[in-house]
Amino acid sequence: MRKAVVILGSLAVLAACSGNTTNTASGAIPVEASDDACKVAKTEASTGTVTFEVANKGTKVTEFYLYAEGDRILGEVENIGPGLSRKLIVEVTEAGKFQTACKPGMKGDGIRGDFTVKGDSKKSTEGDALLAEATKSYQRYVNSQADQLLVKTEEFVNAVKAKKVDDAKALFPVSRIYWERIEPVAESFGDLDPKIDGREDVIAEGMAFTGYHRLEKDLWESGLQADSEKIADQLLVDVKEIVAKAKAVELTPVQLANGAKELLDEVATGKITGEEDRYSHTDLWDFRANVDGSQAAIAALRPVVEQKDKALASTLDVKFKALDEALEKHRKGDGFKLYTELSKDEVKALAEAVDALGEPVSKVAEVVSAK
Amino acid sequence: MSGFSRRRLLGYAGAGVALAGAGATAGVLATKESPEVENVAAAKVPFRGDVQAGIITPAQDHMHFVALDVKTTSRDELIDLLKQWTVAAERMTAGQEAAENGAVGGNAEAPPKDTGEALDLPASALTITIGFGPSLFDDRFGLKDKRPAGLIDLPRFPQDDLDPARSNGDICIQACANDPQVAVHAIRNLVRIGFGRVAVRWSQLGFGRTSSTTRSQATPRNMFGFKDGTRNIKAEDTELLKEHVWVTKEDGPDWLVGGTYLVTRRIRMHIEIWDRTSLSEQEQIIGRTKGEGAPLGQQKEFDEPDLHVRGAGGVPLIGEVSHIRLASPESLNGARILRRGYNFTDGSDGLGHLDAGLFFVAFNRDSRKQYVPMQQALSTKDEMMEYVEHTSSGHFAVPPGVKEGGFWGDTLFR
Repeated sequence: MRKAVVILGSLAVLAACSGNTTNTASGAIPVEASDDACKVAKTEASTGTVTFEVANKGTKVTEFYLYAEGDRILGEVENIGPGLSRKLIVEVTEAGKFQTACKPGMKGDGIRGDFTVKGDSKKSTEGDALLAEATKSYQRYVNSQADQLLVKTEEFVNAVKAKKVDDAKALFPVSRIYWERIEPVAESFGDLDPKIDGREDVIAEGMAFTGYHRLEKDLWESGLQADSEKIADQLLVDVKEIVAKAKAVELTPVQLANGAKELLDEVATGKITGEEDRYSHTDLWDFRANVDGSQAAIAALRPVVEQKDKALASTLDVKFKALDEALEKHRKGDGFKLYTELSKDEVKALAEAVDALGEPVSKVAEVVSAK
Repeated sequence: MSGFSRRRLLGYAGAGVALAGAGATAGVLATKESPEVENVAAAKVPFRGDVQAGIITPAQDHMHFVALDVKTTSRDELIDLLKQWTVAAERMTAGQEAAENGAVGGNAEAPPKDTGEALDLPASALTITIGFGPSLFDDRFGLKDKRPAGLIDLPRFPQDDLDPARSNGDICIQACANDPQVAVHAIRNLVRIGFGRVAVRWSQLGFGRTSSTTRSQATPRNMFGFKDGTRNIKAEDTELLKEHVWVTKEDGPDWLVGGTYLVTRRIRMHIEIWDRTSLSEQEQIIGRTKGEGAPLGQQKEFDEPDLHVRGAGGVPLIGEVSHIRLASPESLNGARILRRGYNFTDGSDGLGHLDAGLFFVAFNRDSRKQYVPMQQALSTKDEMMEYVEHTSSGHFAVPPGVKEGGFWGDTLFR
């Protein structure tokens, strides 16, 4: 979901680059930026794509901005050296009063000018009650899982610290259930994810191998190490931090839908191959949890999907059920069979069920974002 | 000649082979005035020169790449093999059989010296390029002192999932041609000549070039559906080639001057998952639009990416972890590489997915300063890593071109 956050932020501008632009280079508005002036050749435009061609005629490196009310940045181009010319393409969806700014020396409020955009405004989706309810409902789910994540991780950490290896082994896949259910949310917090859930092969140079999988290796393979206790303490600290952050995060419906898809991607690349839990082979616990999380996100969006695309809603139901059935065959005791106990055919059947579900789930973002 | 279709010309050139029995040159050279024909798929590429062919040669459409382990422990046998290979390779790039009267016309009681599947086919711009891996420079052949400092064992990059059985090797041979059968024929016959002295360690077929290496070639697309290698160094960029590709006297060692370093990476792409990703996300991951291939924030493919343009909320349009930002010379202290990769599809993975991706091939002057820092940045930060897996790796020193009377690698064995 890290990706989704970035994408939404720039969606408006992205649209400008996707081909259907009406303004060509010739339709661009020339801007002459000098050390003490910011001459914008035209201070009025229509809604849609607005292109500025910024030429730095001054002696200082400069920047050019387009601001909406309250200094909300709509677009900017930085680092324009003296004598250079650069382009800024902005998709302006609302009519209204805007401001342009050149910032010679790349600091301060800059040299401002008024800029007016006229024409039809695109309708905002804010206020769509069903969507608002969807995100609220998923937020409640994230909160409940985050609480459990903290509780179970604490139990796991305590078992490791008490050197109760068998207890710790039993708690390992259980505490991970709550992590895996909300993984895309957790992943959106940069460095915390690799610290908590990094696999040994994924760790970047200069970074220590810590978190769940380091303890997994200790418990199943190398035996508890001198620093296992320290690793366990750190895991709890990191999980506490991520729980607090996860509860505060605000998600859009499209992020929710993409999160549901990403959880299935996680299954397809990590769990179906047995790569995630390579020492304990408890991949099917994580598998189950990813599917749960995906289902929870889709369930939150279901009223919207139901309203906009009834057929997709029922396809999702059918495919989730089929994957459930394929997965539940491998229940054993309180949990699941080990990955190593699955035959090649059984793994393939699971992979196919994940693919079958992944396709319709990938269509949800489009449906919920449709106007 | 403008009405001359490529297919017809191929047929014509093919007939030329059959009639002349020697080469496709006659039919092709006769039509050289027309620029359309100059690019013709059937043409001959000279084997000898200052640099080996197959590096800045306009990228052909198909590739067969092989890595070999040397089995003989005799230096003389190895040199002898390199000489035999040189003769066969030169003949095949000229559209001839691997040996005279190779496929038919030899002793009927002997197995044919050429395997025959390229009979009647034109040269197809075949190039054959050789490289030497780090493992060749051990005690076996007295080459220990000749190992170039730049021929490092590549470091392990985060998220590598390399299969040792299809990585590295003592020697590599890259055959590229516009007809896949011609490329495979070349490798097959060279391997055959080497039996007993070398053994195949791994090999890789590639279809669909993913890079353009000259300005006249359109930028092709990779298996993600994006134009790949827009900012590649081109054959016309003589200064850039000097700076980024060819090993100089100052770089050393002497035997490698005019050569380069070759990096291969088999990059499996999780294409099924990629295909479920929204267009805006795909474009954000790459940093370019899918249709035109323009850098985000610009309009045309060859517009320079502007890493300093920001959109709503001050978010960079070319994201901090997008592929083209991380791989850009601007982010890598000016480091650039010459890419010459191919798409591949090696059947399926047994889980209902295609085993497809990019066989990444790059040439650079010093991998320690160019490829390695680039890959370190990519494997650590690139969003695209969620969709790819590096499954094979190779690093080879590519000797300079073969001069008249010389043989492959003669500068090394002098």
